[in-house]
Amino acid sequence: MATVAASPTYAGTESGEVTGLWSWLTTVDHKRIGVLYLYTSLFFFLFGGLEAVIIRAQLAGPNKTLVSAEMYNQLFTMHGTTMVFLAIMPLSAAFFNFLIPLQIGARDVAFPRLNAFSYWVYALGGLFITFPIFFSVAPDGGWFGYAPLTTRQFSQGVNIDFWVLGLQILGISSLAAAFNFITTIINLRAPGMNLMRMPMFTWMSFVVQFLIVLAFPVITIALVFLQFDRFFGTNFYEIGAGGDPLLWQHLFWIFGHPEVYILILPAFGLVSEVLPTNSKKPLFGYPVMVYSGILIGFLGFGVWAHHMFSVGMGPIADTVFGLTTLLIAIPTGVKIFNWIFTMWGGSIRFTAAMKFAIGLVALFTIGGISGVSHASPPADLQQTDTYYIVAHFHYVLFGGSIMGIFAGIYHYFPKMFGRMMNERQGTWHFWLNFIAMNLTFFPMHFSGMLGMPRRIYTYDAGQGWDTFNFISSIGAFMLVISTSIFVWNFFRSKSHGAIAPDNPWDAATLEWSIPSPPPEYNFAEIPLVESRYPLWDLTHPERTSEIPHTHEGWEEQDKAADAKAVHIEKDRRTAAELGIPMPTPTIKPLIVAAGIIIMFSGLLFIHRPSKAIAFTLIFSGAAILVGTLYAWLLTPLEPEHH
Amino acid sequence: MSASPALDHIEAGAHGHHYTTTGLDSRKIAIWAFIGSECMLFASLISTYLIYKGRSVVGPFPHEVCNPPACATTLNPILNIPVTSASTFVLLMSSLCMVLALAAVENRNLPKHTFGDRLLGSSKLWLWATCLLGAMFLGFQAYEFTSFVHEGLSIRTNLFGSSFFTLTGFHGAHVTAGVIWLGTLLAIDYKRGLEPADAINVDIAALYWHFVDVVWIAIFTLIYLIK
Amino acid sequence: MAHKDSVPHEAQGGHGAAAAPGAHGGPAHTPGHGAHAHPTWKQYKWVALILLVITVVEVWIYYIPSFVASKLFVPSLLIMSAVKFAIVVMFYMHLKYDARLFRALFIGPLIIAFVTIISLLFLFGHIALRLGS
Repeated sequence: MATVAASPTYAGTESGEVTGLWSWLTTVDHKRIGVLYLYTSLFFFLFGGLEAVIIRAQLAGPNKTLVSAEMYNQLFTMHGTTMVFLAIMPLSAAFFNFLIPLQIGARDVAFPRLNAFSYWVYALGGLFITFPIFFSVAPDGGWFGYAPLTTRQFSQGVNIDFWVLGLQILGISSLAAAFNFITTIINLRAPGMNLMRMPMFTWMSFVVQFLIVLAFPVITIALVFLQFDRFFGTNFYEIGAGGDPLLWQHLFWIFGHPEVYILILPAFGLVSEVLPTNSKKPLFGYPVMVYSGILIGFLGFGVWAHHMFSVGMGPIADTVFGLTTLLIAIPTGVKIFNWIFTMWGGSIRFTAAMKFAIGLVALFTIGGISGVSHASPPADLQQTDTYYIVAHFHYVLFGGSIMGIFAGIYHYFPKMFGRMMNERQGTWHFWLNFIAMNLTFFPMHFSGMLGMPRRIYTYDAGQGWDTFNFISSIGAFMLVISTSIFVWNFFRSKSHGAIAPDNPWDAATLEWSIPSPPPEYNFAEIPLVESRYPLWDLTHPERTSEIPHTHEGWEEQDKAADAKAVHIEKDRRTAAELGIPMPTPTIKPLIVAAGIIIMFSGLLFIHRPSKAIAFTLIFSGAAILVGTLYAWLLTPLEPEHH
Repeated sequence: MSASPALDHIEAGAHGHHYTTTGLDSRKIAIWAFIGSECMLFASLISTYLIYKGRSVVGPFPHEVCNPPACATTLNPILNIPVTSASTFVLLMSSLCMVLALAAVENRNLPKHTFGDRLLGSSKLWLWATCLLGAMFLGFQAYEFTSFVHEGLSIRTNLFGSSFFTLTGFHGAHVTAGVIWLGTLLAIDYKRGLEPADAINVDIAALYWHFVDVVWIAIFTLIYLIK
Repeated sequence: MAHKDSVPHEAQGGHGAAAAPGAHGGPAHTPGHGAHAHPTWKQYKWVALILLVITVVEVWIYYIPSFVASKLFVPSLLIMSAVKFAIVVMFYMHLKYDARLFRALFIGPLIIAFVTIISLLFLFGHIALRLGS
């Protein structure tokens, strides 16, 4: 019964407006920020997908001339950069933002304004790195920008400048968010929510934040070196001065490998929420799932040079990294088995979310198998830089991350927007997507094995690649259709979807114990947690009877004065009525973010004969940044009250 | 105003009185996470310096004499250990002053009997001392940088110049940010006084400051002392 | 999993603990710090002195050519600066007296950073293990 009534809106604050552009620009509410991330990242996902479609159109047959070689370079560079940094990471961030405080029983993240700042830096940074393509000056050195190709000598134009600066900007966003979520997960858990009772999504996200903290500084420095080489004439990647071309590669991949675990672990976490709920069984082997997630994160720092097996590191390095890469398959495989055992013996409900979750289990496994084959240096010597690799990472990123994220969207849409997505359209989306995805990427295993290199804009006929490429391109066009169904479903359901109950999936974790969408304060009374599946304790105690229930952590109770045992809340009163202090909305995070973008964009002009533009931008950006930052830090988060 | 007795205590949730799982201040947790990221930042910079050690094609060099053809004329090793030792002392002493500043803020309300006690207990004094020593360190760095440029080593000259100036430049930038931060705390101390309740803010600044010192300990050994 | 301070107390300032008359003439029991074992001025003085002495020794041995040429030079410098590092972290940054959580938050990244530096040195040929004959 879809009425055209307005979606249940977010409850208003005392001082700000409920709706309207200004309320979104000044929000510091994690739920709204999560929704902002979701919209923006979905936009970039579509944009990156469009770039891919053009690539596939160009490669549909031999020697096509749809785009020039130079534009092709920009397309595949931006497709990769967009998908990694502007789509998948922020889609995960949408869930970090929306879900983590709800899952741990908190009212918001530890630093709400910093949270808003992270979003605005991402949004503005995303625009910064995307708009050049409209002027045909988009980055064109591959998403991994190998130096010395990307040095000024071999890439004179402004393209790589946009890439380097854009990534630095985006790195700030991710790092700030990581500090925020680490603090939130450590410090804002409800009483009784000890670490081994946290939902799996929060656990995987926790690991991911540490990966961000440890990996992003390394790419920051790699980019600084490239920046300095390009703008100030340093020698980090200058072969003539003795520079080592491998320096970039090592630094990049020390970041790059943990980055791919950053991309997949949140999706794993979402699947670990969806599968048990729709199997009506607790997750199989929860502790093992936690430890394997931690192990994947940790080992992820020890495998990076498997991206460099062909550069001549020598047999010892090759062997070491080959071994560590094989090793990391173990905890990953463990997770696959645990998901299967979760479903085994359960009462499966095939919602759209469930289909996508199971899809991840299947498709990620395929990607994992090709991944294991890359772990062997001699085998990889044939595979590297061919479409075989492209097949692998699209199976794990599209079949893995994106599928997991779709599962999360279908599963959490009701909680976010108070309406249900259309299940029938969801089913169409799933099957079309599943078939199209396999049509697009499976043939790449073959064309890759037959020697088709990556990043070529045309190929001659008769090398055995033609049919495979053609099938891939058909698959890509089919993906357009399936994704369109999803987009239609998403936006239509926001205004016309069936009104969602608070717990449509009969799920177990705290976010389902409050209304859909949640009131601004999340919990009227902070729940006291005594097990891993708080809601099932109330609604289906037989499912959780074997899991220990203790009141460990409840002595914190006296500090959380407004706490009470886990309960279902239907309250729709405002924070003011309940006497809950809420943070004041503020535009300052957006302005600080804008200051940073302005400052960085000044560097784009540093090579002009007149330095006036460059210095004006740099100094005014810095002034805006520092001035507004001072104002921000000296303003209390919440209004004073007695 | 509250809806139920259970919610009465919410009024007590006044500004700054929020529940936490660990009983620790969130800002302190965040600064340690930040310091973790800085470990990796400086590890990358230091690694690059060490990787490129000895690989510069032209001079000047840090510890070795540079003879033609690597240099136009014979150049002496460019690092100045005595001067840098002095700046290292300065930074180490600034950490001591920082610790005393924090203690002074925490103990502000304790009775002070002797002149020594009052000296120790003056947060303004120790914050000034830390700032000034930090600025002195920066002065030393500025002197070192300009004299190196005079002797023919700039950031573009060779691998040594690039990696050295970038590493120590980043470190110096961190010191500068620290001095500004401490200066702000000092201004607040003058404006309204730093109470024990503000100790957490001073503590966080102190952790940052000490970390910057600790990075210098690593840099001094790895770059200056090890040949 | 215990990750609280050893003495549970209010985290944030605002409701500052009554400043107990300094039991050991050192910092009082204030929010956010462990109650007891807390470095005093005496200890800080010693810490500063030790740091000074180690630095003097480091610079001193730099000027002994025979020592510099020996195999002990680099390891001794590394050990001395590691000791300075540890002292500043444990005492000035308080890690010895603060909640164990902070220790975990610092040691983890430190280990990863250290392993990264060592791995890169291996990969770029600055250190080598001699295997077999």
